[in-house]
Amino acid sequence: MWLWLHKLGSPPHAYRLLGKMAPWFGWPALALILLATWWGLAWAPRDYQQGDAFRLLYVHAPSAWMSMFTYVVMAVAAGIGMIWRIKLAHAAAASCAPIGASFTFLALATGSIWGKPMWGTWWVWDARLTSELILLFLYLGYMALRSSFDDPQRADRASAVLAIVGVINVPIIHYSVEWWTTLHQPASVTKLDKPSIAIEMLYPLFIMMLGFQLYFGWAISRRLRGEILRRERNAKWLKEST
Amino acid sequence: MDFQEFLRMGGYAGYVWSGYGLTALVLVWNWWAARRSEAEQLLSAQRRSADQA
Repeated sequence: MWLWLHKLGSPPHAYRLLGKMAPWFGWPALALILLATWWGLAWAPRDYQQGDAFRLLYVHAPSAWMSMFTYVVMAVAAGIGMIWRIKLAHAAAASCAPIGASFTFLALATGSIWGKPMWGTWWVWDARLTSELILLFLYLGYMALRSSFDDPQRADRASAVLAIVGVINVPIIHYSVEWWTTLHQPASVTKLDKPSIAIEMLYPLFIMMLGFQLYFGWAISRRLRGEILRRERNAKWLKEST
Repeated sequence: MDFQEFLRMGGYAGYVWSGYGLTALVLVWNWWAARRSEAEQLLSAQRRSADQA
C-alpha cells in the first residue's frame, strides 16, 4: 500500500498514468454531455411556470456544482501538499485553479442569463450571487499569487494558505440561500428528503453532472501533466523519455 | 416536434441558446487551453534535451 502510494507520488509514474487515464475520462464526458444537452433541450418536459427558460438549469447547476467541487479538491490538494510536503499535490492544486475559475465564470454567466427573464435583472447583490463572485475572485487571486513568485516552492506554500483559508466560502455559498433572504431559490435537488423537482427533469441533470465530473477528470489530467513537465524540467527521467 | 418550435424555445430562444452556447465555448476553451499548455511544456522539454545532447 505504501509502496503503491509512493509510486503514485513520483512524477514520472504520475505523468504516464495521467496520460493513460485522460481518454477514459474525456470520451465518456463528451458522450454524456452531448446526451444530456439533447435530452435537456428537446426531451425534458417544459416547466409549467418558467416555460423553456428552465432548460438553463442543465448548464447552470452543473457548472455551479463543479465550481465548488473543484475548489474543495484544490484546497484538499493544497492541504496535502502543506502537511506531507508532496510536490505533486501542490501541482494538482495549481492545475485545479484555471478549471475551477472557468466553471465559476460559467455558473455566474448562465445564472445571469437565466436571471434576466425570470427575475427581471441580470444581477443582484444577494448572498448567493455575491459569495459565488467571491469564489471567482479566490480562484483569480490564487492564480495571481502563484504567478507573483519565481520560486515554485514559495509559490506553492503561499498559494496553499490562500486556498485552504478560502475553502470557508464553499459552505457559505451552499447555505447562503438558507441563512439569508435571497432572490436565488433554495436547493431543490441536493436535499436529504425527496427532491422537489419532477423525475423526468432530473435525469438529464444527473447525466450532465456526471459528464461535467468526468470532464473535470479529463481536464485535471491534462493540466497536471503540463504542470509536472514544467516542474520537472531538469529531471533525468524527462530527458530519457523525450 | 416541430423544428421551428424547438429553435424558438417558447420565446426564450435568446436566453437558452446563448446560455448553452457560452457553456460550449467555455468547455472548448478549457480543452484547448489544457492541451496547449501541455504541448508547450513538452516542446520546451524536448528542446532542452536536444540542446544538451
